Amino acid sequence: MTIDLVLFLGLTLIAVAAAIAMIVSRNAIYSALFLVLNFLTVATLYLLLNAAFIAIVQITVYAGAIMVLFLFVIMLLGTERESIGGGIRWQMPVAIVLGLGLAGELAYILMRNDIAQGPLADLSAEFGSPASIGRVLFSEYIVPFEVTSILLLVAMIGAIVITRMQRRENK
Amino acid sequence: MNIPPAYVLTLSGILFALGIIGVLIRRNAIVIFMSIELMLNSANLALIASARMFGPAVEALRGHVFVFFVIAVAAAEVAVGLALIVAIFRSKESIDVDEVSSLRG
Repeated sequence: MTIDLVLFLGLTLIAVAAAIAMIVSRNAIYSALFLVLNFLTVATLYLLLNAAFIAIVQITVYAGAIMVLFLFVIMLLGTERESIGGGIRWQMPVAIVLGLGLAGELAYILMRNDIAQGPLADLSAEFGSPASIGRVLFSEYIVPFEVTSILLLVAMIGAIVITRMQRRENK
Repeated sequence: MNIPPAYVLTLSGILFALGIIGVLIRRNAIVIFMSIELMLNSANLALIASARMFGPAVEALRGHVFVFFVIAVAAAEVAVGLALIVAIFRSKESIDVDEVSSLRG
């Protein structure tokens, strides 16, 4: 058992445990914090997979900006506690059985994947660095990149319009 | 890290299934939303593992670029989605998805 495998299994354990804790914890704030832990663990995996730039983007955008927005909304609405009971009675056991079935099948298929068995080629430090990503992004993918800026602008306007419209109706 | 990419792909599959379970069993709209983020994140992990697998070829960097776009779209999605949740809370005083059944007729 190599040190890489030990490292990977430890990170896997933390990621899966954080995901399960996110799903089962009754308080939405704890769910959000467990999701942050999961994102940080995945960012560490990105670093181990030679994706330095994506790892930093993951931490700043996902674990930073997006999760702060989630926590802000949870605390703004004051709905961290969930009412227990009600709903459809058989929904939870059926969902858990089907979900675990899907997890098992995905794991079985992906583990037996022939082309993904390695061994991996050695990569230079250049692979996945901000400079190399930027070269691809601003030459081959320049149009999608610009469209992304329009998408973010539209999302910003949309968020403002949705919240403002509601306020006008209340008056 | 020199472990078979199949292991990383398996981890991403398990995280994806956990996200689906979260969407199905929770009724708090914000937690459902967070489970969707978990699924997006697991797809990103699979893309990065594939980029590592097809190794030093510069075309493999397209996997990283794709993850970059997924993160940008997820940020836009969160902004609009949370605005919708706030709007629903203002009219219903609750974000329990079972309460949002006005369209049932």
